[in-house]
Amino acid sequence: MQRKRPKYLNLVKIKQPLGAVVSMLHRISGVLLFFPGIPILLCSLQTAMDSPQSYIEFKSFLATPLIKGSLILAMWFFLHHFCAGIRHLAMDLHYGVTLEQSRMSGKLVLVMGILLTILIGVKLW
Amino acid sequence: MVKLAVTGAHYGLRDWLVQRITAAVMAVYLVLLATILIASPPHDYAAWRMLFSGQWFRIASFLFFVSLFWHAWIGMRNILMDYIHSTGTRLLMQILVILALLFYAVWSVDILWR
Repeated sequence: MQRKRPKYLNLVKIKQPLGAVVSMLHRISGVLLFFPGIPILLCSLQTAMDSPQSYIEFKSFLATPLIKGSLILAMWFFLHHFCAGIRHLAMDLHYGVTLEQSRMSGKLVLVMGILLTILIGVKLW
Repeated sequence: MVKLAVTGAHYGLRDWLVQRITAAVMAVYLVLLATILIASPPHDYAAWRMLFSGQWFRIASFLFFVSLFWHAWIGMRNILMDYIHSTGTRLLMQILVILALLFYAVWSVDILWR
């Protein structure tokens, strides 16, 4: 029987290797940091800098649980992107390029992203 | 003998390098900022304004923003090239990304130097 070529894999159904998960999250977090990340960052900075009143308003706005929660989620996107980026830079300098090491560092990126988010989240809450 | 030249648009390597340089600039700035914020967290508006009143801090922050916007452009461009296959739609989205980033660049100057 002739096999059908090319074969398309269903990306949702197959089990993704760890490196792929890290990489996809790097892309998704990158897009989210671009939008809505950047405009929110600039809006926040402007509000916090504008006047003493807007500063206080901004602070009380940040104190609402829903906003705090969203901020912590945003923090995770950023921290994952940051850690995965550091991993890329290390690999460009030929650190940790073997399969074994890259699996290890991939795991480390996922864990560090979540761990740092929890640490900062606890501090902010 | 036929010499095969693998040619391209030639901006690939430059983009690759810029993506890494801007990432490094942002990482250094953020580590410094985090250090400042942990060492002496600004508790009120005056302290917060004070932090941004130094010219060197404004320039460093502006450098961070320029790196951020340039980094975002390369990333968004790569993603749009990968997933948006219709030339017209992709062009339109790339233009929108550029316009947004230019807008943000002017806005960040306005925030930092007001």
